[in-house]
Amino acid sequence: MPAQVDPPLALLAELTHRCPLACPYCSNPVNLERAAGELSEQDWRRVLAEAAALGVLQVHFSGGEPMARRDLLGLIGEANGLSLYSNLITSGTLGGTREIEAFAAAGLKHVQLSFQDFAADNGDRIAGLPGAHDRKTRFAAAVRAAGLPLTLNMVVHRQNLDGVPDMIEMALELGARRIEIAHVQYYAWAFTNRAALLPTRRQLDQATEAVEAARARLKGVLTIDYVVPDYHGVRPKSCMSGWGRQFINIMPSGIAVPCHAAETLPGIAFPSVRTNSLSDIWYESDAFNRFRGTDWMAEPCRSCDRREIDWGGCRCQAFLLTGDAGRTDPVCTLSPDHGVVAAAVQEAEGLPPEFIYRSYGFLPSKAGEASAKRTEGS
Amino acid sequence: MMDRLVVSDASVLNFAPHIVFRFDELRKRWIILAPERLMLPDEQAVEILQLVDGKTGVSGIVDSLAARYSQAPRDLIAKDVTAMLQDLADKGCLAGAGPG
Repeated sequence: MPAQVDPPLALLAELTHRCPLACPYCSNPVNLERAAGELSEQDWRRVLAEAAALGVLQVHFSGGEPMARRDLLGLIGEANGLSLYSNLITSGTLGGTREIEAFAAAGLKHVQLSFQDFAADNGDRIAGLPGAHDRKTRFAAAVRAAGLPLTLNMVVHRQNLDGVPDMIEMALELGARRIEIAHVQYYAWAFTNRAALLPTRRQLDQATEAVEAARARLKGVLTIDYVVPDYHGVRPKSCMSGWGRQFINIMPSGIAVPCHAAETLPGIAFPSVRTNSLSDIWYESDAFNRFRGTDWMAEPCRSCDRREIDWGGCRCQAFLLTGDAGRTDPVCTLSPDHGVVAAAVQEAEGLPPEFIYRSYGFLPSKAGEASAKRTEGS
Repeated sequence: MMDRLVVSDASVLNFAPHIVFRFDELRKRWIILAPERLMLPDEQAVEILQLVDGKTGVSGIVDSLAARYSQAPRDLIAKDVTAMLQDLADKGCLAGAGPG
């Protein structure tokens, strides 16, 4: 454990896993939490107060679809009262003008709205929800009418990546000041669907070129945050800016994790806010100290001059691809395990298989069966 | 589509709505909270930002700083102030409050 641990900057509040959408790359775990297992409003209010006292500056209300929680308005107000800068990460498919105006009045500072594509038909197909795109478009207008800043969140992959220039145009038309064009990250549902989502190198290079041209053209008008698929990279992403360095993520059940996929790591008892204070969780828990700093690292990370830039890459990816969360992220070309990533990139040159949509009660061992009978999420 | 805010001597600036510029008691430093972003302005930037009030023009801000730091040439101060404010404007943190 490093000598000095700084206070966290941000809290990701995953209020629920319920969601009208069924996106096949959802970052929620494959084993989704049901409504009965969610934290209560009182629990969340206490967590927000503890977070503010701990030094958290920003709170991101996320899910699932956070607007599926009837107490969201109260939680936004609570966060605002605690001087927490609040952000709503939403699909924009539940509610509209009335809700957004109330959120703005309660002190919400920003809305990040997801779209699955610029084209309604492909967007609805990816979301697994007919009419979703049109609802999102109306929601965007409601956000702007309420005077809130809007970010469009475009999750990109091989089945929509060619539309990047149109996505940027859509952001301008909807009055967004910022667009996040973020490639799917291969965990949970996205890992299950990796062969259907990983783009070819050629596709990726074209999209990157389009982003760079738009950035130059739209300087000061539209900020474009761009996240490339790390499988195509050379060095790993600095996942969560390092384990337990800036972020606390609370899952719907109250389990606290350093990133949203960390619960998949075996042999770590992740603490719950039902039984532990946030301060204990951040500073004292084995889970948050496990991969903090650089002491845990093996070679090639240990002696690498990027060890405090990449922080070893992603622990969940290391586990997912090598079975050992303590190894170097195999995305790094210096990793002895890099061959597994190279093989996946090679596989992307072939034809994509069908999507397996997000649903409750999905068993990875019965992938074929689950894709045949979709169940509704909420 | 909106136009880029170009910062000049004549600009009168304010923080954009939903941008919070405040002192963080725990960390003992000034911070800027923006959508999904935290900025940590350095000492020089903090001094400039404390003069952004929606009334004083950029040239007025430069005058104040020039009076405070009489050993620095006013031109140099003006250049630094404009560049810093333009950078923050491009990040969506500032809005025009008057002609400019």
